[in-house]
Amino acid sequence: MSSQEQAVAHVHRDDVGARMGMWLFLFTELILFGGMFILYSVYRYKFPADFHIAAKELNTIVGTLNTAILLTSSLTMALSITAIQRKQKALSIFFQFITIVLALGFMINKYFEWSAKFHHGIYPGSETLLSKPSGEIVFFGLYYVMTGLHGLHVIIGIVLISVMMRFTSKEIVNNDSYVKLESTGLYWHLVDIIWIFLFPLFYLIT
Amino acid sequence: MEHNQELHSEHSHGYGVYILVWLALMALTGITVAVAGINFGGLTIATALVIAAIKSFLVLKIFMHLRSESKTFRAFVGVAILFLLISFILLFSDYSFIVRN
Amino acid sequence: MSEAIAVPKNGKHPSYLDYQGKHKGFLGWILSTDHKRIGILYLVSILSFFMVGVTFGFLMRLELLTPGRTIVDAQTYNSFFTLHGVIMIFLFVIPGIPAVFGNFFLPILIGAKDVAFPRLNLLSWYLYVAGGLLAVISILLPGGPADTGWTFYIPYSVRTGTNVSLALFAAFVLGFSSIVTGLNFVTTVHRLRAPGMTWFKMPLSVWSFYSTAWVQVLATPIIGITMLLVIIERAFGVGLFDPALGGDPVLYQHLFWIYSHPAVYIMILPAMGIVSEIIPVFARRTIFGYKFIAMSSIAIALFGSLVWAHHMFTAGMSNTGQFIFSLLTMVVAIPSAIKVFNWTATLYKGSIELATPLLFVLAFIFQFSIGGLTGIMQGVLSVDIMVHDTSFIVAHFHYVMFGGTGFGLFAALHYWFPKMFGKMYNEKVSKSAFWLLFVGFNTLYFPMFIMGWLGMPRRYYDYLPEFQIYHVISTVGSWILVIGILIMFGNLIKALVSGKKITDKNPWGGETLEWTIETPPIHENFIDIPTVHEAPYQYKLNEATTLKTQEVK
Repeated sequence: MSSQEQAVAHVHRDDVGARMGMWLFLFTELILFGGMFILYSVYRYKFPADFHIAAKELNTIVGTLNTAILLTSSLTMALSITAIQRKQKALSIFFQFITIVLALGFMINKYFEWSAKFHHGIYPGSETLLSKPSGEIVFFGLYYVMTGLHGLHVIIGIVLISVMMRFTSKEIVNNDSYVKLESTGLYWHLVDIIWIFLFPLFYLIT
Repeated sequence: MEHNQELHSEHSHGYGVYILVWLALMALTGITVAVAGINFGGLTIATALVIAAIKSFLVLKIFMHLRSESKTFRAFVGVAILFLLISFILLFSDYSFIVRN
Repeated sequence: MSEAIAVPKNGKHPSYLDYQGKHKGFLGWILSTDHKRIGILYLVSILSFFMVGVTFGFLMRLELLTPGRTIVDAQTYNSFFTLHGVIMIFLFVIPGIPAVFGNFFLPILIGAKDVAFPRLNLLSWYLYVAGGLLAVISILLPGGPADTGWTFYIPYSVRTGTNVSLALFAAFVLGFSSIVTGLNFVTTVHRLRAPGMTWFKMPLSVWSFYSTAWVQVLATPIIGITMLLVIIERAFGVGLFDPALGGDPVLYQHLFWIYSHPAVYIMILPAMGIVSEIIPVFARRTIFGYKFIAMSSIAIALFGSLVWAHHMFTAGMSNTGQFIFSLLTMVVAIPSAIKVFNWTATLYKGSIELATPLLFVLAFIFQFSIGGLTGIMQGVLSVDIMVHDTSFIVAHFHYVMFGGTGFGLFAALHYWFPKMFGKMYNEKVSKSAFWLLFVGFNTLYFPMFIMGWLGMPRRYYDYLPEFQIYHVISTVGSWILVIGILIMFGNLIKALVSGKKITDKNPWGGETLEWTIETPPIHENFIDIPTVHEAPYQYKLNEATTLKTQEVK
């Protein structure tokens, strides 16, 4: 292990090192959301009944659809890396493009979901929400903050993948050197993992 | 540029593996939605979390190539997850015993 | 590998100070990705903020000279202790040693030409500066500087009208700077060690930088999200912390300390690394218990992450929670004690040379022991109920943070100064500055133990007349301390301007890699990457003579 690591020390390019840095960064993202999951777990423990009632306001079908969209976008992301490894440049760009389309679809869904809530007067500080019990206020507080921050990560992901599409077409990302695309992929899969947990915790409370 | 074999090459999974994993993920999503309607009492949330954990494991292992990374990477992921788990456990060592009047 | 560096005209490679890269002059500094230049950038900015923090602390002490109003009103005093805390914690102690000496020496100590991600390294400095500027702006904007204390406790931090959100955002940005440094160091240690440098041949400071880096990566995001949530709470009233909406203020404290307690170890671990580095050099002995010191760094990082709630014993925790966290707090004392014993054992029968760096290190051990032992006292539930939020606590953490980390940083500064700048400072002056610092520090903080024990609360603007004697002694101590700091920095600045030039590779007789390269180091440190064969701190020659003289006796 260590002799392998040292052999690379003299090569200016270190893909393993780059991926290691990316993973460490992903841990910070994971724990950033982890902090909010801690909040969620404590409040759900404190207000089980309120959470149950509040969760009924959320649309399970939209949530499930978004889960499917995000999982599929994770697939196309992974496929785009295999494509570049097999020197199928056009195919890789195509898969990246599909990933972006799916991500946009996710955001559009999210937009309609949020607007529907706003339409019903459920948003932080609204009179409708403030008249409800504390547990429901907290539930929607968590809902907006956690899905909002997750949505922000989806948007950042869209930007990153767009840059990667450009890089791939200009062959900055190519069959020999694709660690940038790999790192973007890692980021995108992490966004997916966060959603894998958000989905049952918000949409599937029975 | 010096070409180093160990930089990559071990990362190529076939398209087929990914599609299989995707199918599994979709199936698990279906299961988690389906069982959400059934009331297992305290086990309901546990079921949901276990399914989410299995899904994450698949994503980490296959999509994120952890399967072909060195031991160091797997240890890293273990450390990060352990840190989060410990935070949860210790926090609840306080919260589950709070008596409020 | 030497062809990577342009062949110099006179056959000598220019030092990193003279090296001309793509940019020249000032731009050559602020756009440089050389880890050494970034280290110097950090040194200048961190010490500048340190002096700002010292100023606020000095003014606080002056205000407390007499009961009631002395120089400022109560609101200003509240801002003083908040700013003193925020600046000292987020802009001085946390980044301090890793950002300055870690950046400068970590790659050299493991035989690398730079860190793993040089550009990210520069980014971390920019984030640091941005965070620092935001903190300064939050002082100047209308609304007034934050007055919550550096802990930003809920619900006051949601209610107060001062510029809390901006100060929180500053801390958020500084957190990112810290994370970037951390992930850079972890990757550097894993990927860039020189051939032959196995894990147990790394210098001990590398071990401590490595463990610190992990805590930076894993714990900092928690404070990041917590600060962000308080900003969101202030802006939108989402109810995640605000008790009026159903939030739980104690949960805020939990999240705050899940980061901020490990942060204490981010602060102290690098200083411990410095101590382990300096002691063998000035005792001319192999370090005692290398593996124990190395592993205790990891253990401190690990156990340090499990004890956070001992800051909250009086905040409304459950009895079970209190019991568990009290127990874990006792455990974390073990690895710290292992280090102290090993350092003392290394000094025992060494050929001790009392140079300035060693003086600071000895003061570190003395003051850290006091700070650490009083820390164990507070880990005891019954004692904590009594001393919580008194100046006893203030004394305790200043003995660790300033008496420990601060003195460790000064030790490192005096130890590596000749290597970094190729200049030597006046040792006589630096020693007298040390004694002023040592006497001033203890006069300033020791009375706080006594008055805290007698019941003087911390952060109070006014106090009962019977406490005045301690406050007066403490304030006089602050004057001595400030004089010491000014003389110390004056001496170092004078050395930079007109100090004796040195080119000796190894002025102290150290046995780690930084003493095998040019003084000051060349760009990219090594002409050829060295191959390491032995563990650090061998001192074979000296050990042999010591053995011989012992046999003769």
